[in-house]
Amino acid sequence: MLQILFFSILSGLVFYIAYGRFLQIYKNISLGITENEKHNSITGLKNMILFALGQKKMFNKPVSGIFHLFIYLAFALTQIELLEILMDGFTGEHRIFAHALGSFYNFLINSIEILSFLAFISTFIFLYRRNILKLIRFQKPEMKGWPSLDANLILMGEILLIAGIFVMNSSDQILQNLDPQHYPSTGKLYISSFIGASLLGQFPQDWLIWLERMGWWLHLFVIYGFILYLPFSKHLHIFLAFPNAYLSNQDSRGKMSNIPVIENEARSMVGLSPKEIQDQTEIFGAADIFHLTKRTLIGAYSCTECGRCTAVCPANLTGKKLSPRKIVMDIRDRMEEISKQPKPNGECNDGKNLFDYISREEIYACTSCNACVEACPVLINPLEPILALRRYDILMNSGGPSEWMSMFNSLENTQSVWQIPETRDSWTKS
Amino acid sequence: MPIKTAAEYFSQGETFEVLFWVGCAGSYDARAQKVSRAFAEILTKAEIKFAILGNEEKCTGDPARRAGNEFLFQILALQNIETLNQYQVKKIVCTCPHCFNTIANEYPELGGKYEVMHHSQYLEELLSLGKIKVKEDRSTESVTYHDSCYLGRVNGMYEAPRQVIDHLKLEIREMKRSRQNGLCCGAGGAQMFKEDEKGEKRINEERIEDAIETQSAIVVSNCPFCMTMLQDGIKAKEKQEQMMVYDLSEMVLHKMR
Repeated sequence: MLQILFFSILSGLVFYIAYGRFLQIYKNISLGITENEKHNSITGLKNMILFALGQKKMFNKPVSGIFHLFIYLAFALTQIELLEILMDGFTGEHRIFAHALGSFYNFLINSIEILSFLAFISTFIFLYRRNILKLIRFQKPEMKGWPSLDANLILMGEILLIAGIFVMNSSDQILQNLDPQHYPSTGKLYISSFIGASLLGQFPQDWLIWLERMGWWLHLFVIYGFILYLPFSKHLHIFLAFPNAYLSNQDSRGKMSNIPVIENEARSMVGLSPKEIQDQTEIFGAADIFHLTKRTLIGAYSCTECGRCTAVCPANLTGKKLSPRKIVMDIRDRMEEISKQPKPNGECNDGKNLFDYISREEIYACTSCNACVEACPVLINPLEPILALRRYDILMNSGGPSEWMSMFNSLENTQSVWQIPETRDSWTKS
Repeated sequence: MPIKTAAEYFSQGETFEVLFWVGCAGSYDARAQKVSRAFAEILTKAEIKFAILGNEEKCTGDPARRAGNEFLFQILALQNIETLNQYQVKKIVCTCPHCFNTIANEYPELGGKYEVMHHSQYLEELLSLGKIKVKEDRSTESVTYHDSCYLGRVNGMYEAPRQVIDHLKLEIREMKRSRQNGLCCGAGGAQMFKEDEKGEKRINEERIEDAIETQSAIVVSNCPFCMTMLQDGIKAKEKQEQMMVYDLSEMVLHKMR
């Protein structure tokens, strides 16, 4: 009874704190602008199923793709076991699904065990790749400090989580023979019965009962830890990858968004009648969170900092400062900073903006080649904010590289990118 | 080579099949001018009634827009659309992927709706329809092909240019980074018109290393900016004796009967 009470209070507290934090993230994302373009929900669903659920792009890198798949599947399937743990916790039962599901229960738990075992191996491989093999994309400047620690904490959390399952199940396997009254049969669990027989076989019954509970609580604590940790971590991608893929850009990649106010200004310049427009904004491009689209902001929270974008960025590959991943991480950091302000709603007065995070050197090095867009497994688009920042710097600050000023001059004076005295059709005459 | 402008067709009360959008590079850059002439020659040989805008053509605005100067883009785009609509242009073919992208993807919202093709698509069509006939000699030449970002990753066209090379009976030696993974030449996003930011090397040099690895004597490109960047890369690596960059249309013209 005491256990049920403790469990219920703990659960209530965890979900209450997590709710507050998730609500904060929702508010942060809401600081962005809503686009009034058409969004096809069928295409959105298709993208979600293909890329978030189906992991399609993960396999462009087969090694991380397959090991990530193990962790992902183990996570997805473990939710059933988690459901059972929660129900056991609230009711004080033990393996509440075992009777109801019969032999299917054995199949289910065995599947979870096998996937968990594969996931266990995967986490070690990932730790090895990050910390010993030191893959280049995990060693970039933006990965120093918290981002690296965050990644390692997640992996170690996963190891503990899986360890909890195996401690619980392997002691349970032996207890099922000793005390079938209290420990309903799960049938033979291939991995746990092996661990049980080889490691725990000689243990007295009260040790085993204690171990089984320890495994159960360990698993639960790590899960609750994750629920609280997730919204502070890049691990949030496990949820946000889904809405992010759903909301991802459906237009042609080569199309930059229109600015209606500027279009109308240009129309009057060339003697055309203006269009009727809703959007009367006087801020062009983006200097801060409030000028970016909600899609970009949700993308920033969906980023798991894998660095596939940066690994293929031609500017980054040739030693320039630009890293698409850093841009996405900066946007997230800026959202967090704004959310700590007393009045964060569009009138943040901390005297800062995104340019305090992202330098001109970075945004002007982009070739708009879309390699980062192509590379992102969860369809984040780092190019959109880069081009939006450029727009702001050029249109609002009259900034930009000086060579571009002479290009703009040529375009204005001769309608060509180069200032050339020849006529445009001179090539036909030689 | 007599090339008629849309205005000339119009004043003679004639219509044309397709408008050849030449672009700034194709009009003014010495190397790209050769490509414009080659493509025009192919169209003439294939008896396609085509027009250019000539001096009425302006930059599409692509570099202005990508550099962030939306106002300049809008002015150029609206003027071009007015000109194109005035001549009732239905179909446009571009030798530059940047022009192609802008007219195909960005002009419709501003009132410019046309059937737009990149010349690699158009050449593929002409070859498939038999309007372009290729010499029969089976050479054992091999080439490598550079995917431009704006044709490839941006517009998803990886196969048409490769099919053209196939039609020419040339063997393609793919670079280690190709198609979706193709590496940028370094010129896009208006980079062509400014110095690089500080780094370890230039992007075109990184790219030309991929091409050198294939040991092909010919790099085929489909974009005037890629062409310049790749040629500069070859110079930087002092490989002028071993390698040349050609546009797809030059390869076609060379092999045409």
